Amino acid sequence: MAEAMSQNRKAAFSLARHSTGIIASVLFLAPIVWTVLSTFKPAQEARQPPLPPWPTTGFSIENYETLNSFGDGLWVSAQNSIYVSVMTVLLSVLVSVLAGYGFSRFRFPFRDFFFILILSTIMIPFQSILTPIFLVLTKLGLHNTLTGLVCVYVTLQLPFSIFMMRNAFDAVPREIEEAARMDGANNVTMLVKVMLPLVWPGVVTIALFAFLGAWNEFLAALVLMTDQSKFTLPVMMTALQSGRFGAIDWGAVQAGVTVMMVPCLILFLALQRFYIRGLMAGAVK
Amino acid sequence: MASITTTSAPARARTRTGVSRRQWVGLLYVLPAVAFVTVFFVIPLGMTAWMSLNNWPLMGEHSFIGLDNYVAILRDTRFWNALRFTFYYTVIVTIAIFAVAFPLAIFIEKPRPLTNLYRTAFFMPAVVGFASASLLWSWLLNVDSGLFSPAAYDLGLTEKKVNLLATFQPAFWSIIAMVVWKVAGFTMIILMTGLQSIPQDLQEAAVIDGAGPFARFRAITLPLMRRTLALALILSVAGSILAFDQFYIILRGGPRNQTLTAVYWIFNQSFVSFKLGYGAALSMVLLVILVALSLIQLWLLRKPEGLD
Repeated sequence: MAEAMSQNRKAAFSLARHSTGIIASVLFLAPIVWTVLSTFKPAQEARQPPLPPWPTTGFSIENYETLNSFGDGLWVSAQNSIYVSVMTVLLSVLVSVLAGYGFSRFRFPFRDFFFILILSTIMIPFQSILTPIFLVLTKLGLHNTLTGLVCVYVTLQLPFSIFMMRNAFDAVPREIEEAARMDGANNVTMLVKVMLPLVWPGVVTIALFAFLGAWNEFLAALVLMTDQSKFTLPVMMTALQSGRFGAIDWGAVQAGVTVMMVPCLILFLALQRFYIRGLMAGAVK
Repeated sequence: MASITTTSAPARARTRTGVSRRQWVGLLYVLPAVAFVTVFFVIPLGMTAWMSLNNWPLMGEHSFIGLDNYVAILRDTRFWNALRFTFYYTVIVTIAIFAVAFPLAIFIEKPRPLTNLYRTAFFMPAVVGFASASLLWSWLLNVDSGLFSPAAYDLGLTEKKVNLLATFQPAFWSIIAMVVWKVAGFTMIILMTGLQSIPQDLQEAAVIDGAGPFARFRAITLPLMRRTLALALILSVAGSILAFDQFYIILRGGPRNQTLTAVYWIFNQSFVSFKLGYGAALSMVLLVILVALSLIQLWLLRKPEGLD
């Protein structure tokens, strides 16, 4: 009798838990799913309220095609975004792996000073130094160039990624290094052949954060890129949504938002544990 | 991210010059990072301070004017309004985020069937950028082509289609809803790490002692989560004070400039009116607020005494 009661209670608890979970999941996923489904409506239908969200007058990729007809076209902005994000990933990984190794394994003058200097930049909002960054880029001849934007994004990534890499190198036992040194490895081969495979998870984590950061950043790109051919996706899509290219084509906006969201979602789903690891490192330390 | 600890370097007994020669190489490894931070952060930071003391138009010569920009800030009622709105938004959105994220964190804390799936679903909006999320919601909130107004009208909840973005209250709460949707999953994960770090036997001992769920939450969960709570709180507060994307993209600061945030006002002064010196002075004010916040964070996140 009591057994049956507790069985029933368990089932009721489980039912309540899963209905809560499913309802909450639907609420969080609905806006994303709604948008992605709506993009496949013909342009005419996409102008109407999305009820229901899926296409009712036939499947179409018209919204994606029209995207290319605004300004310099979506494809140019997408290329800019890809270039900026990939370069930010490569450069910030290179710089932070070197720095992480240096901070972890060597004792040199001003080591602690430099480490604290780099980490403390996280306390200062980059929004407050955008104007001088604009002037510095102009001085360097990087004004209105994607390379200039990459430099800014790399700098913004450094405190987090150097902290991550320093910890990753710290976790590698010194015996491994000593053994390799006995075998005659110099610093560079040591780093590339011996250490890098051991800190690989950290590298994936900082690469993921660098990509998401650069791909999604809006304010710096809005301020620093003045030429339409240099717009990244967020800036381009905001120009389109503001009616800069005539009447707002909401079908095209949805298509653009989908193009912006999907790479992030795929990368996150594929590399989820690296993402969570990065969050944990930030949260626990 | 918060505490800065430097571990001891390899201080091995070797010949003195050999060691220091080898150790100096470390400087070469960190040099690129130091160069980036110097050129694109430290120098601009110094320039902000210097520019704030100048009348600095985009074109033409700049001139030193001392503290005049700061005096002007005192009289700039629109800046103070923006700052007041920013704080108001920060308080409301932080409460809203925690009200959603804390129950979710408790919901996904223990490994049970499908928990990982739910956790992933709740977290998905967090990896979408703020600009994408804002563009998405600006469509959902649109009166003619969007979702909410037409749906409410079709269901007979409203007599006509209501433009949610036309007046302050609905526009403001729409932004809150969007930000909670986007950020709650992130805060949830941080709070979850705090919950999971609480030793299970403490909770069990409290159950044996007859403590109810509420008493346990108050006496065990909250105190032991102090550092995690502080971290989640500060991240939320700092992020909200710097809010820009959603107000620019969805509302353009409207209706009637009521949703201009601090960063938005600085952006307007610097890059629309091109008063670079004045923008720099405003930036210094913002910077001081954020640094103060970071110092509070370091204090809140300090390791409890006697524990490592």
